[in-house]
Amino acid sequence: MVEENQAILKGVGLTKVFGLGHRKTIAVDHVDVEFREGEVSSIVGESGSGKTTLAKMLLGLINPTEGEIYFQGKRLDLRTYKKKKEYWTNIQAIFQDPYSSYNIFNKIDTLLLDCIRMRGGHRLPHARKVEMMTEACSFVNLKYEELTNKYPFELSGGQMQRLMIARIFLLKPKILVADEPTSMIDACSRATILDMLMKLRDEVGMTIIFITHDIGLAYYVSDSVYIMAHGKIVESGSADDVILHPKAEYTRRLINDVPKIHEAWDLSTVDYSEI
Amino acid sequence: MKHTLQQIFRSGKFVTGFSIFTALLLIVIFYPLIVRDDPLANIGQGTFFPPGVYVNVYDSINAPPYILNLSDAAAKRVASKLGNQERKDLKEWLVAAGIPEDEIDITDTAKLLDLWEKNYDPTKNIPGMTLARQRYFQRLNASLQGILSVEGITIANPNPQTGALEAVKTVQQADYVNISQVPNVRVLALGTDNFGRDVLTELVKATGVSLQIGIVAGIIATLIGLILGLLGGYVGGTVDDIIMFITNLFIVIPSFVLLILISFSIGQEKRGAFTIAVVIGFTSWVWTARAVRSQVISLRVRDHVNLSKLSGHSIPHIIINDILPYIASYVVMALILQISSGILAEAGLSILGLGPRTTEVPTLGLMMNWAMIYQAQILGKWWAYLPVLVTIALITFSMNLMNTGLDQVFNPALRE
Repeated sequence: MVEENQAILKGVGLTKVFGLGHRKTIAVDHVDVEFREGEVSSIVGESGSGKTTLAKMLLGLINPTEGEIYFQGKRLDLRTYKKKKEYWTNIQAIFQDPYSSYNIFNKIDTLLLDCIRMRGGHRLPHARKVEMMTEACSFVNLKYEELTNKYPFELSGGQMQRLMIARIFLLKPKILVADEPTSMIDACSRATILDMLMKLRDEVGMTIIFITHDIGLAYYVSDSVYIMAHGKIVESGSADDVILHPKAEYTRRLINDVPKIHEAWDLSTVDYSEI
Repeated sequence: MKHTLQQIFRSGKFVTGFSIFTALLLIVIFYPLIVRDDPLANIGQGTFFPPGVYVNVYDSINAPPYILNLSDAAAKRVASKLGNQERKDLKEWLVAAGIPEDEIDITDTAKLLDLWEKNYDPTKNIPGMTLARQRYFQRLNASLQGILSVEGITIANPNPQTGALEAVKTVQQADYVNISQVPNVRVLALGTDNFGRDVLTELVKATGVSLQIGIVAGIIATLIGLILGLLGGYVGGTVDDIIMFITNLFIVIPSFVLLILISFSIGQEKRGAFTIAVVIGFTSWVWTARAVRSQVISLRVRDHVNLSKLSGHSIPHIIINDILPYIASYVVMALILQISSGILAEAGLSILGLGPRTTEVPTLGLMMNWAMIYQAQILGKWWAYLPVLVTIALITFSMNLMNTGLDQVFNPALRE
């Protein structure tokens, strides 16, 4: 079934260079990625490996220095604001830090109404809008009646991230880029968030690009996995192949570095020269 | 929002600055409603009348007299003309004229005056005495004439036919008038200036005009700085390069020099207060633009801006909704500083004689300029320039206090 799906989003030779001259940093270095419709793909890597930069390029938030992005087989052209707006009805994101993802001057209603407007629902009667918002909130176990007229900073981190998922629920994009959505949240909320993401995928049929530094989490959620280090993809393939039978040395180290509850944690393999 | 306002008014510095500023503002608004004089009317014939209560002499003579027999009245009258300094001066002359020093008792008024009257001779040349000093003694001598007299003064009118003087009434030394029965009494709390204008009325008007200049200049400078900073910071690329090129040009040229050149080239006749304000505004936006730009650059990569983009908002919408509220506190603070520096710039320009033309309105700077040209500081006429200085200092001090107070509220790292 997986092979039958064609690639909905493809990046070819994506490169991003920051700065000029001897101060330049190659954040992403000729990366080829392919995401198939309805799949969950993970991009795993340490901090600074370029995974967030890659995600922002895929989202069209920053322009690649080199390389092309293909969306549904067609080369992506984001030169005008109208084209960007159209692309963004298809691709959405959840960011890492829920505390900085919200405009603290806007009420929660504004955020959710924006989503309805983006789906072309700005002419709907108010009662229908409230109904849609209530539905979205109850999908993520939040109560709209409690959220209305509140500001985002009045919520907890977990609630904020769930509200982000409610936003995605309203937007129903084809692709969701989840940039470490759980890394700022405690372990219990993490499971809830992941569960909701998976539920959302099943319901809406989204493609999810899951970005994380946690290889265990990646294995738990994804169909295919990309391992990224220093701006390059070091290994890719189906989740089982990559994590259970890693070929690259870097992947093996990454797997070893995951702490396990029932084993003593072997820190001797840590190579300090690379840190 | 309400919470922030509460916090602002709990900051001691802000409240102090705010009260000073509000007090000044209230005076500027309500004083002209109470005192309806033209601030530029030349009421005094002569320059630099000292502060005080001015009672009309003609009206006092015609007011009904009351006789009060006060024991210290004569002594006070003598003391007003013959103070300690004058007594010492008299002794100095007498000693120089050859009177033995131990014969002179400066505490005994009658004896001293007697001695003086007997010995003083204006033509006598005392070696080593300057002409100015000689004149001083002549004036002093004249003022001492009849000082011990107990007679009243007769007021006389010339007869229209013969021209002979006819006594109308006599004013006795024990005669008093009730000041409320004198129709013309004028309080000149800060005296008059070189043109004979009431300094207080002029100062209030000048403070109002200077505040207007500051506000217009501040708003113009902040608006230009804000718009250029937002555009350069958010749009980036070539737009940013062009804006930064212009900004850097303005930074390299000292803005005050630019201000002088522009004011000079406009010409004295065309410089109104508003023109000066606009010129000040157009030369002082530079640092606001730079600061806003750098804040916007750090804001535009934040996730909430990315999220707003993903929600399909246009660039103006993002700038107004997602960038501007975050820098609003900074912009308010910059505006306050720009207003106070606008007032200072106007004062600086006017002192150099490049301020607004002098015929329409007074400004704080113009008042300083006039005081300086007519040498108030050399003549010791402090009331012509000191109140102006204090007003300028109070305005800038209160605004800087408000600014620091706001800074403490908006910047958690500075909270006490």
